[in-house]
Amino acid sequence: MLHWMTTISIWMIPLLILTILLYGTLKKVPTYETFVEGGKEGISMSFSLIPFLVGMLVAISVFRASGALDFIVQLLNPLLALLHFPAEVLPLAIIRPISGTAALGMTSDLISVYGPDSFVGRLAATIQGSTDTTFYVLTVYFGAVGIKKMGDALKVGLLADLIGIVAAVVVVTLVFGMK
Amino acid sequence: MVNYIWVGMTVIGIVFGMINGTMDQVNEALFVSAKEAVTLCLGLMSILVFWLGLMKIAEESGLLDKLSNLFRPFMRWLFPEVPPNHPAMGYILSNMMANTFGLGNAATPLGIKAMEQLKKLNGGKATVSRSMVTFLAINTSSVTLIPTTVIAIRMNYDAHSPTDIVFPTIIATAISAVGGIAIDRYFYYRRKRNGRE
Repeated sequence: MLHWMTTISIWMIPLLILTILLYGTLKKVPTYETFVEGGKEGISMSFSLIPFLVGMLVAISVFRASGALDFIVQLLNPLLALLHFPAEVLPLAIIRPISGTAALGMTSDLISVYGPDSFVGRLAATIQGSTDTTFYVLTVYFGAVGIKKMGDALKVGLLADLIGIVAAVVVVTLVFGMK
Repeated sequence: MVNYIWVGMTVIGIVFGMINGTMDQVNEALFVSAKEAVTLCLGLMSILVFWLGLMKIAEESGLLDKLSNLFRPFMRWLFPEVPPNHPAMGYILSNMMANTFGLGNAATPLGIKAMEQLKKLNGGKATVSRSMVTFLAINTSSVTLIPTTVIAIRMNYDAHSPTDIVFPTIIATAISAVGGIAIDRYFYYRRKRNGRE
């Protein structure tokens, strides 16, 4: 199963490139010129992203480095114990929408401490795999095209994450049981 | 909203650093993360240039349109404000597909392109449109078929069966996607009731 899936992921990108190039040639598109023209946009786009990402990442890392994040997690712990939410996974659930790399670090930490086949380890893996870094996606997508008023986007994204995390807890409990 | 969150995180962080005696870490975090952000953008540049170039070919050759034709009814339901033949549809779809198959670095440029098109549809304004919120709701719930990174970590730690979390992951992500769309619709109708849209 894994072998089969890794093969698919390895083949997917080259096959996609192959399809695009062959189809373009077939339709008589000046492929190389078009590629260069499209690629140029990428340069200005990544430069315009810099201020957005610097601003966001600095705020997030100050918040984390000061210990404020840990403090909030501790505050929330008793409340979550009441709701039967496993406390070990809470920091991950909070950090997941904010920082992708930090979340990945926490996931591997949880897996190594509790073991990959434990309830906590499986739950961490499922949360990591089923949600995305909402803040990052918002910053990058809106930043690159210069959207300054985000409206309901952040709220909707965070609520979707919350649903994903709760769903992960329920599904993992149902499939593997709480051991 | 973003302004408050941004200032909130920074100010709370600094004040907390004062009380907690973690000013050293705060100082370090400030400069290290600023540098990391720039490195990240430069790292993104190679991916953006490559995929935007390729996707331009896909767009010109009509491959992107073909793809959106395939899913037209579904997409029209999701994005009622985007004209069915608009290039935005093709980009949104290819972004969703890239996410589904775990091609994260291909998904980002496609998503940015989709946003660009949606912004054009919104008259080039710097404010968010209904379709943008829907697109982000789908995107941040990230429907993935193969969570490759997680499987790799589990393999590293000798999981009995590294892929046994694939099924729960798909279910959880599907629930969060459906939930995200529902929440998005709810907020839209709320805005409409309040006469803001």
